[in-house]
Amino acid sequence: MTRHRGRGIASINYPIGMNLGGDPSQALVHSNPSGKFTVALSSIDLGQGMKSVTRQICAETLGVPVEDVYVDTADSDTGPHCMGSFASRGTHRVGNAVMAAAREARGVMMEAAAEELEVNAADLETDGRGNIHVKGAPHRSISTKDVAIAAQFKQGKTISGRGIFLVPLSEVNPETGEMSPATCYAHACLVAEVDVDDETGEVAMVRMDSAYELGRALNPRLVEQQLVGGAWMGVSHALYETPEPYYPEPVHGPRDFVEYLMPGPGDICPHDIAVLERPAPDGPFGAKGPGEMCANPVLPAVANAIFNAVGVRIDDLPITPEKVLRAIKAQGGARPQPRR
Amino acid sequence: MSKIPLQFRHNGREVAIFVDGGTNLLVALRELIGDMTPKFGCGQGGCGTCSVLVDGELVLSCLTLAETVAGRSIETLDGMKQGPNLHPLQRAFADNFAAQCGYCTPGMLMAAKALLDRNPSPSRDEVIEAISGNICRCTGYEPIINAILAAAGGRISA
Repeated sequence: MTRHRGRGIASINYPIGMNLGGDPSQALVHSNPSGKFTVALSSIDLGQGMKSVTRQICAETLGVPVEDVYVDTADSDTGPHCMGSFASRGTHRVGNAVMAAAREARGVMMEAAAEELEVNAADLETDGRGNIHVKGAPHRSISTKDVAIAAQFKQGKTISGRGIFLVPLSEVNPETGEMSPATCYAHACLVAEVDVDDETGEVAMVRMDSAYELGRALNPRLVEQQLVGGAWMGVSHALYETPEPYYPEPVHGPRDFVEYLMPGPGDICPHDIAVLERPAPDGPFGAKGPGEMCANPVLPAVANAIFNAVGVRIDDLPITPEKVLRAIKAQGGARPQPRR
Repeated sequence: MSKIPLQFRHNGREVAIFVDGGTNLLVALRELIGDMTPKFGCGQGGCGTCSVLVDGELVLSCLTLAETVAGRSIETLDGMKQGPNLHPLQRAFADNFAAQCGYCTPGMLMAAKALLDRNPSPSRDEVIEAISGNICRCTGYEPIINAILAAAGGRISA
């Protein structure tokens, strides 16, 4: 008969990457005679933006414009080995590998430029716009394209670099069970506000407010969008998605997009996000990355908000109207909790 | 089974193909015309990524018999770009980060175009209604809604 408003909070400490076999990823970077660079990876961009971020990392490390870098991903036949795009490891692990490869390629590029300009490579710097010049003497300059041509046709050098990022495997201490599963952790806190209808058991999202600490945000718009989309997936997991919605028989479960429930564009709510940047010492340019963390805090925050609204603890996902209604009935009606 | 001759306009160009009876429009467009912009998602009208316009009306090409479009005009995402320039909706999708994996994007753009063609200044609720038959897994819809509203706003000021 009544809609009850409730608010719930969840905070998380989230490991970036994992401890399986040292969690390695490799990258190869090379230039072609046009002075453009290719990054070869086996890592996969599923739409989260890893191609954009590794491109930025490579360009920044080489000291060339981002337009001069092309990232070729997801061919495990021809690309160097990668553990994969999971465990929120892409930006951190693959980014570090790209950075190492780009650093080595930059070394060769600077040596080749030094030979052309007849100076010491240590006296050279890049301008980020496709030129290499003598420090303090910008007129003594050569374009990366001319360096690439000289390396290819005159000097016989390959402007290329290899990179790998590997965390030594952390063994479990048999006495204490202690181990170090990750090298850095990201953090988040999310507050969810919901309306719970005590007649139908339906839960409607009212709003979300969140703060994410994920190292340096290398591409702030991509980070923000990943957090917006990931939170939607969190709501979807919290309230809608299951292969067995009501009965414990797979035969009754959904078989297609029509029957598999997900929130649509009419079910979303305002989401205010604050991104806190605290650069990670071992991250590429300080980055850790949002990863799976963008969906995770939504589930406990929504469960807590439902408890706050009607006083029932649902510990089985997704929190369907049926579960809410049965729990409200079992406790003899809604019992709104105090809001703090 | 004998083939059926079929003629229609595809993004302003007359095309003539032979289809098997029962072929759906999505298969005709992808496999016989070679227009890969309408995507195959569920094949049963549940996801919206195969959306195209038939005489300006939004339809699910996977549920449309190819024979029924004889003599009619089909618009797909392939025809949306205006020469070398992106359509304002495409530009707004890019500016608003309205695509992540991109699989729903062709259907979203066609649904949005169908809306703006008949209602150049929709409300937020009208935008939500217009894309409610299209599933997106990545973006959380918010950036898509914002992109469509931005494109509509740009159209008004222009």
